[in-house]
Amino acid sequence: MSIDMAQFHQVFFEESFEGLEVMESGLLNLDMGDVDSEAINTIFRAAHSIKGGSGTFGFTAVSDYTHVMETLLDEMRDGRRQVTQPAVDVLLGSVDCLREMLSAIQDGNDVDAAGVAEHKKALEVELNGGSSSSEPEAEPEQGTTSADASNSSVGSGWKISFCPHADLLKTGNDPVRMFRELGELGELEVIVDFQGVPPLYDLDPEECHLSWTLILKGEVEKGDIDDIFDWVEDDCDLSIQKIISDENQNNAPEVNSEVAPEVVPEVVPEATIDSKAPPKVAAAKPAKAKESKPKPATSSSIRVDTGKIDTLINMVGELVITQSMLSLMGENFTLDSIDQLKNGLAQLDRHTRELQESVMNIRMLPISFVFSRFPRLVHDLSSKLEKKIELKLVGEHTEVDKTVVELISDPLVHLVRNSLDHGIEMPADRLAAGKPEMGTVTLEAYHRGGNIVIEVKDDGKGLDKDMLRTKAIEKGLLEPDVVLTDKQCYELIFMAGFSTAEKLTDVSGRGVGMDVVRRNIQSLGGNIEISSELGYGSTIAIKLPLTLAILDGQSVAVGDETFIVPLGSIIESININESMVNRVAGKGETFRLRDEYLPIVRMHEIFDVSSAKATKLTEGLLVVVDGQGVRCGLFVDDLLGQQQVVIKSLEANYRRVEGVSSATILGDGSVALILDIPGLMRLSNQ
Amino acid sequence: MAQETDMQEVEEIQCENSVQFLSFTLGDEEYGVDILSVQEIRSWEPVSRIPNVPKYEKGVVNLRGAIVPIIDLRERFNLEHSEYTNLTVVVVLQTVLNGVSRTMGVVVDSVSDVNNVDAQTIQGAPDFGTKVSTEFISGLALVDERMLILLDVKKLLKLDGVGDKGDEDDDES
Repeated sequence: MSIDMAQFHQVFFEESFEGLEVMESGLLNLDMGDVDSEAINTIFRAAHSIKGGSGTFGFTAVSDYTHVMETLLDEMRDGRRQVTQPAVDVLLGSVDCLREMLSAIQDGNDVDAAGVAEHKKALEVELNGGSSSSEPEAEPEQGTTSADASNSSVGSGWKISFCPHADLLKTGNDPVRMFRELGELGELEVIVDFQGVPPLYDLDPEECHLSWTLILKGEVEKGDIDDIFDWVEDDCDLSIQKIISDENQNNAPEVNSEVAPEVVPEVVPEATIDSKAPPKVAAAKPAKAKESKPKPATSSSIRVDTGKIDTLINMVGELVITQSMLSLMGENFTLDSIDQLKNGLAQLDRHTRELQESVMNIRMLPISFVFSRFPRLVHDLSSKLEKKIELKLVGEHTEVDKTVVELISDPLVHLVRNSLDHGIEMPADRLAAGKPEMGTVTLEAYHRGGNIVIEVKDDGKGLDKDMLRTKAIEKGLLEPDVVLTDKQCYELIFMAGFSTAEKLTDVSGRGVGMDVVRRNIQSLGGNIEISSELGYGSTIAIKLPLTLAILDGQSVAVGDETFIVPLGSIIESININESMVNRVAGKGETFRLRDEYLPIVRMHEIFDVSSAKATKLTEGLLVVVDGQGVRCGLFVDDLLGQQQVVIKSLEANYRRVEGVSSATILGDGSVALILDIPGLMRLSNQ
Repeated sequence: MAQETDMQEVEEIQCENSVQFLSFTLGDEEYGVDILSVQEIRSWEPVSRIPNVPKYEKGVVNLRGAIVPIIDLRERFNLEHSEYTNLTVVVVLQTVLNGVSRTMGVVVDSVSDVNNVDAQTIQGAPDFGTKVSTEFISGLALVDERMLILLDVKKLLKLDGVGDKGDEDDDES
């Protein structure tokens, strides 16, 4: 058996990180005092899978570490230990530590052994300190409950006495195979007892007459041993007994309470074996399947709801039916069936569109993937800042493209940190201002139009326009005599080098960050807006396109060429007459749209289209567009039509072109360029 | 880079003595590219123009869903331009630049043959001083008493700004 384990690593890491997230959110939601055993079970299971997985792949540092965590959790689960805030904090710390270890391993770096040892020590201190006070309860008498309770107890070794019934072999079980598996867990010593072997002439070769005493040395979990004997426990007399060593007594108090050798009773009549086996298998399987899912590793993968895949398969089915209908029609086509053909084509059209939508849907992930990390952040930061803060998450199930999910997370972290640090006041100040002591930060996501809007809202002190202004002037970012609108005032915080924090904290205040946040969001094709009321809090709204793969576009014609203008940036299209046009310094053309003077960008000039039909402004159309808050009129020959276009990268084989964000393929197979409005404006300014 | 190509060629000599080149013509001159970098040969079809780029970058086409740039080799080599006809051919080349696979089409007059060239007979690009740019030429080969100008596909595909994101493994000295 020489399977290249490395191919499963990616899956293991992904699952482990997911497990860590589960643990983290579980720990944060633990209600002190009144502990839901199911909640602890969830955390425990996650830890257990990570341990199992890391053991399988030979990441012993991880599995050893998780093991200590697991012991702690196990005691909590059994009620042998109170769930206390310090314990939860230690566990949270160890979740972080595990995450670091795993990412170090994933990146092929060395694990920071010293740091890990320190964390492990903290865990062990917690383990030893807390539990000795609470006397273990009487262990459940026997059977499965007792097996569960001592599932994770570990000794320096186990003594297993294994006396199979005569027909063990008939059930297809092979002791030798089991011993081999045991041998993989640790150092195994096998003592065979052949007293039961009958004289040769009485010997039935299909029966098993041997019994064994096995000494398994090493830190092996009982659960692992149980797993091996799981299949045969009804066909044998089995006793698994811990070999207690001194070291363990000091280390793990629970050893004191060690159960008397647990004997699985052999009462089950043979007839029931068959009926009993299947459920057991089912119970044991999921855990194992999880540990080594045979999936080839890829650089990045996505988990998709099976429901989505089912819909997809249905649609492909329908598409195939439509296709075969059409090809049948094509074989003996007469003009009479033209209506049928039209119907068929309409169907084909609908199915393709639906299919496209559901394929896009596969890439959609709920925003909770991003939001889930915030409870922890707020928990940690609020205690660091000594503020009382409650985090509300709204609309976590709003779905958004995977790329957006990946890229939005850092900017959001930054915004939330800012809200906590600058927005929410100290509890005393809040009370003085007549506000509840507990500040609230709300993260909300919702769809609006073709966009997803994510809002970070706090009920803190709000932004002080005058202060922002003064600061900006102080830092030389703003001329003293410039008049700013409220909105422009707020936008000052996005300027590089701007910071309002009185002093630097490690949370925020260096004046880098907000400009990076805005740049990141703009690079995703989104924008960010601030609204605020002094004394009542502020709201930062991020607007992002739902997907980065498809765009609603308006095709426009300039000469023989077709360009796509993103529909979202179009405000209106107008015919203009000479009287609306003004020239600045004889060249720069502007036109008056209601109360605003907007520059005119002649597409045929900046893109050098020789075939343009309209060269006089009155001959063509002006498409009024908005690019990152700046408006202008694009002068084009004509509008062609609206359509959804699939975004294709120009850079994959070519390079960035100024004024063009990407390309798409039109219905006739030709390529059209998608315009980048801010880029176009830059281009026309040159 | 040049050394690297030489190294590869040396290796190829050791395993088999000949290298296959696809030869095509530009006017009277005959050029060759390593057959392994040729993805396909297509007939010329209208391209979508890209604004504000050098004249030899004709534009982009849709190649089964991928946007692929097309460059005119005549114009790239400063030869006189000729009209595109039904016989004008686009050779689609593929290579790995900076660890990323890049595809590009080059417009040539016609494709003539696939030639086996004994790697040992390939001579280095001659030095014409500043008169003729030999930047894309990796060597000269003699095939049936004709001279084949061998092109370095990597350099050819490395348009200004293409694959400029990082320059780890493709640094040219």
